[in-house]
Amino acid sequence: MTILLKVEDLKINYGSIEALKGISLTIDEGEIVTVLGANGAGKSTLLRAISGLLPIRSGKIKLDDQELNNVKAFKIVMGGISHVPEGRKVFATLTVDENLNLGAYTRRKDKKNIKESKEKVYDLFPILKARRNQLSGTLSGGEQQMLAMGRGLMSTPRILLLDEPSLGLAPLLVKQIFQIIREINDQGISILLVEQNARKALSIADRGYVLETGNITISGLASDLKSNQKVQEAYLGGAALKKRK
Amino acid sequence: MKIVLEQLLNGLTIGSFYALIALGYSMVYGVMKLINFAHGDLFALGSYLGYTLLVFGSSYATVTFGIWGGMIAAMLIAAIGIGIAGTLIERIAYRPIYSVGRLPAVVSALGASIVIQNGIMVIWGPRPQAYSSQVVPSVMLNIGGIKITLMQIVVLIISFILMGLLFYIVQKTTFGAAIRACALDRSTAALMGINIETIIFFIFALGPALGGMAGVMVGMYYRKISFVMGWNYGLKAFTATILGGIGNIPGAMIGGLLLGVLEMLGSVYISTAYKDVFVFLVLILVLIFRPTGLLGEKIAEKV
Repeated sequence: MTILLKVEDLKINYGSIEALKGISLTIDEGEIVTVLGANGAGKSTLLRAISGLLPIRSGKIKLDDQELNNVKAFKIVMGGISHVPEGRKVFATLTVDENLNLGAYTRRKDKKNIKESKEKVYDLFPILKARRNQLSGTLSGGEQQMLAMGRGLMSTPRILLLDEPSLGLAPLLVKQIFQIIREINDQGISILLVEQNARKALSIADRGYVLETGNITISGLASDLKSNQKVQEAYLGGAALKKRK
Repeated sequence: MKIVLEQLLNGLTIGSFYALIALGYSMVYGVMKLINFAHGDLFALGSYLGYTLLVFGSSYATVTFGIWGGMIAAMLIAAIGIGIAGTLIERIAYRPIYSVGRLPAVVSALGASIVIQNGIMVIWGPRPQAYSSQVVPSVMLNIGGIKITLMQIVVLIISFILMGLLFYIVQKTTFGAAIRACALDRSTAALMGINIETIIFFIFALGPALGGMAGVMVGMYYRKISFVMGWNYGLKAFTATILGGIGNIPGAMIGGLLLGVLEMLGSVYISTAYKDVFVFLVLILVLIFRPTGLLGEKIAEKV
């Protein structure tokens, strides 16, 4: 497998506070990689750094062999990295259709292909087609998540960064969203998935990393992480189960 | 009845000036959350630029393009000139201090306003100037007993074309959606591949360009222009912006037109001296009952 995205010894600061203290990870072509961790561990920081929204203190981020460190956020999208931010961040006063069009902003001249991509997104999320002329702020939380993901796919990315796609959704919807993540991956798009729902994330991921207060503490195949005792206790509710016994 | 209709037309004419200027305030506020206090003075600068082009360039412009062509040419050149001036103001007065917060930018905006106003006074002199009747024809029409000047019709047509064009760009094109997206959430807009600097350049060019054209039209309509006119019109247009809902493009248009009509009706039915009282009373009432303005609406974000 060829490495698609490589993060080397990445350090990020918010003022004098170290959010990431030198982390390294890789994502291969076609993989689903998940980053687990509690609130404040630095998961979103990692994604925001990759997509160019945060200045990098030291370390490297590379797509293929191209360094992304000083590339501006709007150009990183063109390189094939698409970031679906935490909390969906759909443009509330824009219609569903306009949101999708903005997802394809980097190739806005290419009307014909945009239409094709849109059809693909509608195949994944049929509800968006029914709601395409509605203001996206009026959608339900689950629909907004679908729109955010659909919008992310409109740039025809090679890698999709997903930040907490299950946040605040009903269990049935969570299941559906994870199924769709797998479908997206089947189309050949690599996925970096940041999640608090560790059980679900590990069930679809190939590999995983555990992030704790800015450091990667555990990494490995998803199946190994699932049976790892520390992971079980901290992220899969193992401790609680033990107590109950 | 005739008086009402005539005043309504007068009101719409003035209102379209307010609306064109208000669009500049609203676009800049929408994306930058900054009130560009220099905008009114850019409008005045447009008026003076048009004056110079028409009065001193009249022999050339009117001979080459005819009297109407000369006016259109003057408007276009003023639009480009003021558009450039707008982007320069952004670069000199605002960009260096974005990082230190919004309040310093407001002070800087007031500074830019004073610089432009005094610049106009130094270049063109403190006395009011007049667009002469040789370059701007004065034709009075009588349509079914309603008196209307030809210039009024021209102003209304041009203003509505400009507003329609802007409305189309902002509300119907993907580039317009990108502008609205930047106004809502810059980081997420960047994740879409939108270059915020292009958007900022565009709004600081287009807003003042519209204001500059309004400036030329005010000169053609009233003939008399003065270097302090930017303050007056700026304040009214800013009021119109608030009235319609700041940051909202259709709101600025409606706010401007409404303000013009209210002002005219107020001066007919109440008193010319109190027309501003009437206008600001309406503003206060709107702000009490609809603090976000007539079209300003907030859709709750779902978390």
